[in-house]
Order: sequence, then structure tokens, then C-alpha cells
Amino acid sequence: MEPFIRHEGIAAPLPIDNVDTDAIIPSREMSRVSRRGLGRALFANWRYLAPYDPTPDPDFVLNQPPFDAATLLVAGSNFGCGSSREHAVWSLADFGIRVIIAPSFGAIFESNCWGNGILPLRLRADVVAQLLTATAKGLFAVDLEACTLAAPGLETLHLEVPARRRSDLMAGADAIDQTLAEHAAIATARARRNSLIPWAVPKIGDTP
Amino acid sequence: MARTLFDKLLAAHEVRRFEDGTALVLVDRVMLHERTGSLALQALAERDRPLAAPAQVFAVMDHIVSTAPGRGDASSVPNSAAFVRAMRDAARDAGIRLFDIDDPDQGISHLVAAEQGIALPGLTMVCPDSHTCTLGALGMLAWGLGTSDCEHVLATETLRVRVPKTMQVWCSGRLPEGVTAKDLVLTLIGRYGAGGGAGYHLEYAGPAVQALGMAGRFTLCNMAVEFSAFSGAVGVDATTIDYLRDRDLAPAVTPVQERQWLDWASDAHAAFDRRIEIDCNALSPMVTWGTSPAQVLPLGAPVPDNADSRALHYMGLERGKPVADLPIDAAYIGSCTNARLDDLRAAAEIVRGRRVPGGITALVVPGSTRVRRAAEAEGLHEIFEAAGFEWRESGCGLCFYAGGEGFAPGSRVISTTNRNFQGRQGPGVRTHLASPQTVAASAVSGRIRGALGLAEAA
Ligand code: SF4
Repeated sequence: MEPFIRHEGIAAPLPIDNVDTDAIIPSREMSRVSRRGLGRALFANWRYLAPYDPTPDPDFVLNQPPFDAATLLVAGSNFGCGSSREHAVWSLADFGIRVIIAPSFGAIFESNCWGNGILPLRLRADVVAQLLTATAKGLFAVDLEACTLAAPGLETLHLEVPARRRSDLMAGADAIDQTLAEHAAIATARARRNSLIPWAVPKIGDTP
Repeated sequence: MARTLFDKLLAAHEVRRFEDGTALVLVDRVMLHERTGSLALQALAERDRPLAAPAQVFAVMDHIVSTAPGRGDASSVPNSAAFVRAMRDAARDAGIRLFDIDDPDQGISHLVAAEQGIALPGLTMVCPDSHTCTLGALGMLAWGLGTSDCEHVLATETLRVRVPKTMQVWCSGRLPEGVTAKDLVLTLIGRYGAGGGAGYHLEYAGPAVQALGMAGRFTLCNMAVEFSAFSGAVGVDATTIDYLRDRDLAPAVTPVQERQWLDWASDAHAAFDRRIEIDCNALSPMVTWGTSPAQVLPLGAPVPDNADSRALHYMGLERGKPVADLPIDAAYIGSCTNARLDDLRAAAEIVRGRRVPGGITALVVPGSTRVRRAAEAEGLHEIFEAAGFEWRESGCGLCFYAGGEGFAPGSRVISTTNRNFQGRQGPGVRTHLASPQTVAASAVSGRIRGALGLAEAA
């Protein structure tokens, strides 16, 4: 995973609540057994005039300069709710998005963001509203090391980022390797679980 | 100290708690499906990472398989056969049990897991599908995740999760005749919003929940994710135990086993972070008007004056006018929400002796091949076919549009599924969510109508 320490870029406003992952990437666009090249399909239902027709809809924010080059997104509440498809995050990442700011996120989507080097920032709704207006005024800058967000015309904000997620993202650490290093703790937990829940492991020979 | 079901589940599976509010938890079961399963397994194989617990991993073919009778590997979804074969090969190479297309126990993963006894009280389980929360109805912790997190579970038998708060949804009273679990959960989401459960683990409880059979409980938990909850659950009781008898992969229900399973319920007086109450006596059949499950109304009520314009425009509706009586183009009975035997029985009861008017597409896609066989043994397929419904093979079918078979753009569909998002059932398709009873009554009326209205009209 690409480490994330500092990032500066254009922030696109998308002030819609409950944007679901079907909207972020429609299921019909997931037709390859691959996680790459999905940026084109991002927000396909809104970004193009018709399904399978690549003519951009000029009314959609990501088709309007400078936001067509956005690397941050300022969104409404419950962003990324719905389907667990990680393709939603892959398409955002492939488009170039590195930071998403919203009052709240769909839980699965939020976890998928961390795993793919996108920083999901949960901020108070009134702060997000101020940031939405700031998108038109210039670049946003996130410093994960200092835990700050600078947006044009606003005082620098202090960010509360989960400590462990933050260090993983800054190191570009592989979550699987990190967890495998916990093997002793996992073995202890497994033994405790097995005594408490003897049916946790299907009996050998049960499988037809 | 009195503990909630969630507290017990977490305590039994917690490997480590981090200071940032996350915990590393043991995961007892993984279910894969053909849409992303091969991706996860191949990614691990490429990095020489073995499965941590292969006997606890299962796979199904459900998402993009054909539901046409006599189906093969290919469906109308582009590249479907490639996904199916990749899943088959990856499952074989990894040595995991696969419920393949022609398996007599094939079906939608969330139904198969319950029917086989893969999902059991007290367990933790994940699947790369957001409706995995359905299985919480068995007194377990089950949730959906993305492909990378799934790889993490496959490789480590664990996952790091943000520990949610707990919410009890107390369902008092009794659901009136003809009002279902679907109407209850749509009411909940309508009242508190599509984000109303964000950050919480939900537990449904109270007399109205106790009175529900397992099918209704699965429906409640299925839609926990539409409420943005981490997951939903119902504590184990006698109904759960009955359901667990004779499940292939479950231990036998001995008195000792029964007692151990009954522990997987909240203690009396356990404290929840939040508690909300729904008076079920006052509920009625519901139907969605908009493009979020929260945009929902009692059948017959007018679309609200403050309705969101974007949703209204997409759905082709006007403020102040009811959704009831709108002509439909199609009716769909299927999905992990409402395609169990009880759902099909209730729908068949309504369509028996009636006809779907010409020009209207009506489909039944049983949630699993087991459900399909059981329904056929009762002759339900004949009732549906006589009424003009197509009787299909099991799978996710037209619950979501994957680029293959779908409803025509602009068509109005009444559906027992869980998502009415824009384009969910095809570009431009207008989906109205409702119970199997309401969908059945609408199908034979050619208009959105409740089963009660049907009796009066007849
Ligand atoms: S039936 Fe629909 S909601 Fe359920 S798992 Fe399949 S696609 Fe998802």
C-alpha cells in the first residue's frame, strides 16, 4: 500500500447524503476479475449521459474543471453505505481520490478505504458544510503526521484519526503481515474460544 | 454483570483491544461467492499465504449465476462463466467446500449458511456481501466486508473491527394480521433514517420478535445494513433451537447443546447504549416511494410534501399523491430478504386462483435450491405458474443488475428485495420495496396494492 503522510489537492464537493456504493460504481461495471482500471466507472450513473455511453454529463461535478482533477472529496453523511463491494474504493482510488471527508461513512466502505490507502475523515456536519464552501476557493492540504487539515479561508483543523489506522496508513503497512505477527495472542484467543464454543470448528468428516 | 448478546460475542472472540476503539477478533466462518471469491483466494495464493483455517471456509455460486431453468456456467452477465470457473478452480485449489451451481444445496450465501448449519449461535462469520448481517438472527455476529478485509480473515482467521455501540430495538405488541417483518424493518428505517443505526450493533427483541419465526427474523436482520448498523441480531430462544435441528454441519441438538446455545442471548437487564421502541400493534403494510429504504410510506399514504426532488424525479412520482394504485410493469419475489419457504407460502396464498394481467412480468426466484425443492414438494410452483409467474432456479437473480438480465429502463417494479437505490435493478428501473404479500397482491392486480385491498376488490 502506498504510504500516506501528506497530501495536497483539489477537493470536489458532493453534498448528497446516503451516497451508496451502487452509485459509486454500478454493479454492471464490475465485469472484470481485477481490481485495476475502475476509475472510468466511478459514479458511472451520474458521470455519463447514459449507461455504456462515455459522453460526460456536464452537470456532474467530477466533469467540471477544476474538479475533474480532484484528489479529495467532500461528501454528505453516510457516504458509501450499502453494498460491500470494494470496487467502490478501487474506483475512487483509480480516479485519484486520496481523502474523503464526510460526517459519517458506511462501516464496510470506511474499512475498505483504510485498506486501500484512502483516508476517510469523519468530521462534524457543520465543519463539513464549511469545507464544502471552501472547495471552490483553492487547494486542501492534509498532514497526517501533524493531524491537520488546511482549507482555503478556514482555520487549520485538528484531526482525530484512530491511532493504529493512522500509523498503518503512514507506514503503508500490510495489515496481514501485522496481524500474523500477533500469532501468539491469536493462539491464546483460539484456545479460549474453543473451550467456550466447542462447535466453532466444524468436526472433521462433517463436510460431505 | 448482565451482558448483552453483543458483549458476549465480542468477549468470546476478542484477541486484542486497541486504544483507538478497534479490536482484533477471531472469525469462525468465512463464506465466499463467485463475484469476488476467486479474487481473494488468488491474491493469497500469489503471495504464498495459506488459509489459516480452511475447514471454516465455504463458497457458493449465487451472485451472477443464471436463474433460468437448465442453466449452465454462463448467464447473461458479461464474463459470468469466467467468474464461475475462476471460483470453482480457486475453491478446489484451496480445498474448500463449494456449493456449485448444480449442487442440491446451492443458493444465496446467507440462506445456504443457515440451512447447512454453517452459521450457528455464538459464532462470528464474515462474507464479502453486506447482507451477511442476515445471519445474526441465529444469535451470532455476522457482517459483510470488502475483498481486502476478506483476504485478511482468510490469512489470519481474524479481523480488526471498530467496536460498535449497542442498540436494542424493542418491538412491543404484536404485528397485526397481514403485517410482516419486512413492514416492521421498513418502518424502523423510515422512522430513524437510512443512517439511523450507524455505529451500532442492533439487537431486535420484544414480544413481536419472539412471535416471529426464523424467516421473519432473518428479514429483520437482513435489513440492519440498510439502517447502516454494523450488524443485527436476535437472541437464541426455542424458535432458534428448533430451526437448528438436523442441519448437516451443526452438532446434534442434545440437552447440553441446547443449554449452551440458549446462552447466546442478552441477559435480563443488560444495558444497551441506546434503546428504541416500536409499537407493532400500530403498524401496517409499507411500500417505498423513493430511492432509499428510508423513503417509505404506509400503503395508501401520499408521498410527503417535503419529498426529495431527485428521488421523486427518478421514480416518476408527485408529492401528495399515493404510491398505491400506480400501475406496475413487473413484480419480483426473491433475494436474501424475502425468498424463504414462509415467504413463498404467504405469496402463493395470495396469488392462488388469480392471474397476473397481460404485459406484466412476474418472477419468483427462490432463495436457495433447498427452498425451491421444498416449495415444489408443496406444489407452490404450480400455484405461481398457474397465476402467470415464472418459476426460476435459485440465486441473487434480479435483486441487483449486473449487466445481464434486468428490467427495462423506466419500468416500475414492486420487489421483495432490500435496495431501491437508483439503478439497483437496472438503469432507470424504479424499484418499490415491499413484503412478499404486497408484491403478490400487486402482481395479480397490475397495480401497487396490499393483500387487504385485494380481498375487498375481489
Ligand atoms: S439477494 Fe441481493 S442483496 Fe442478497 S446477497 Fe444477493 S444481490 Fe445481495
